[in-house]
Amino acid sequence: MPSIRELARICKSKNAGPFDLTIDIVFDDVALYQKVRASGVISEVLFARLYGVAVDDVLLTPYDAAMAIKATFPRLVPAGGIGDTDVYGCQQHAPLLDVEIPF
Amino acid sequence: MARAPHVIGVDGGSVDPGPYYLGAGVPFCSTMAIRRDLRLMLHAAIAARIPLMIGTSGGAGGAPHLELTAKLVREIAAEEALQFRLALIQAEPPRVELQRRLAAGRIRPLGKQPPLTAEALERASRVVGMMGPEPFMEALDNGAQVILAGRASDPAPWAAAAIRAQLPPAPAWYAGKMLECGATPSIPKGHDCLLVTVREDGVECEPMNPIRRCTPLSIANHSLHENSSPIHHIEPGGMLDTSDCRFEALSDRAVRISGMRWRPAAQYTAKLEGVEFAGYRCISICGTRDPLLIARLPLFLEEVRGIVHEKAAAFGAAPESYSLIIRTYGLDGVMGAREPEQQVAGHEVGFVIEVIAETPEIAAAVLGIARTNMLHTDFLGRLCREGNMAFPFSPSDIPVGPVYRFSIHHVLELDHPCEIFPITYENI
Repeated sequence: MPSIRELARICKSKNAGPFDLTIDIVFDDVALYQKVRASGVISEVLFARLYGVAVDDVLLTPYDAAMAIKATFPRLVPAGGIGDTDVYGCQQHAPLLDVEIPF
Repeated sequence: MARAPHVIGVDGGSVDPGPYYLGAGVPFCSTMAIRRDLRLMLHAAIAARIPLMIGTSGGAGGAPHLELTAKLVREIAAEEALQFRLALIQAEPPRVELQRRLAAGRIRPLGKQPPLTAEALERASRVVGMMGPEPFMEALDNGAQVILAGRASDPAPWAAAAIRAQLPPAPAWYAGKMLECGATPSIPKGHDCLLVTVREDGVECEPMNPIRRCTPLSIANHSLHENSSPIHHIEPGGMLDTSDCRFEALSDRAVRISGMRWRPAAQYTAKLEGVEFAGYRCISICGTRDPLLIARLPLFLEEVRGIVHEKAAAFGAAPESYSLIIRTYGLDGVMGAREPEQQVAGHEVGFVIEVIAETPEIAAAVLGIARTNMLHTDFLGRLCREGNMAFPFSPSDIPVGPVYRFSIHHVLELDHPCEIFPITYENI
């Protein structure tokens, strides 16, 4: 099965304000984007499992105009707070790269 | 400048580099770098007789950040004999004013923040309000050519210019969204200029550096930047709805975006950002190349922590008076508790030993004990009897200064968009 690292053109994480992390997966082919979405793998449940957050704390928004799926959920520690490991939140995407999409 | 833009804008800052810069009142970029950029932009704007508008001056947009930027602008103008009307827009309201508005019930939490208390507001080291485009528009109406603002919504300078030119708010705000990180919506990613043309029904983006291109993918990527939702962008005074946007290539390096909508809010609000003091930090950096130690790392670190607590208590630093954190690069230094890989895969491991305490003296004292015990604590099977850690520096212990934490992430209801953002003018 192909993984996100093989299918996506962009897979990135970043702060959305000091308290939330946002992750984007962007495709450049509309058919591929629709197939990935239809697989149902990229869901609130996936992010809850990979990042140890409650399903209800994951805001998942597909954005057809950009052929993108965005997930936003709370940071482990607010940006720059005591114990934070990633002030910009830009290195939290890796666990997604090997997620496989059944076609 | 040959393309004859109507305004030069800059988003000069962010909360993104963390709470320190707002708390300490210092810029995130060096004054050498800020001076270089200001000089280029002042020359270009004055020669073209167009406005130069900078939001979130000095990195965090507090009073000291704005004053530093104003000082640099005055110095450059004097050196280069430039003449213009300067406006400074403050964004750090007096604390008593905020307390009065809190008591009046006009400050609300954002997201999952608790309601703001008078104590938390008092405790904050610095609090800024985030302005929309209206204060910039007022300064333009009053004849300012160079406008330096404190904390501002990232798109505000450009939204101000476009709205004042009678263009609709939706493409005006969208233009600002594209411009807030310079050439970032292009590939290859780099840090120079983007030209955005605002029209009645959309915006057109084109990077000015010939090595870069805007493509529908690069624009789509930037449309997702730093927002919790890709379709609803909350701004002072309303919401930019991008759910029906279309991205079309105009050429191999320019993209047109259309279909954005602006939904005015019933109540105008300005975001408040505040930070509070959290202690003093001292750190030390070291690494191990010993496979016997790497194989026993969790136990070893646990033992070091225990010894540090014991020895620090012996000189009067109780465990609750400091935080000891040992960051393990090569294991979970980047993702912390969210790291799915539980084993070290490499042949060497790096550590940042960190202590945060109420005073710099306690932080340095506890860090010293932690550094010594990382170096010398025994472990089962140890062959390296002279020391466990390679330290790259002498001195090994680095005082980092004060630590802040974000403590205010709320919105303030305003009756007028400019009411907490006073403007002063100078003829330079």
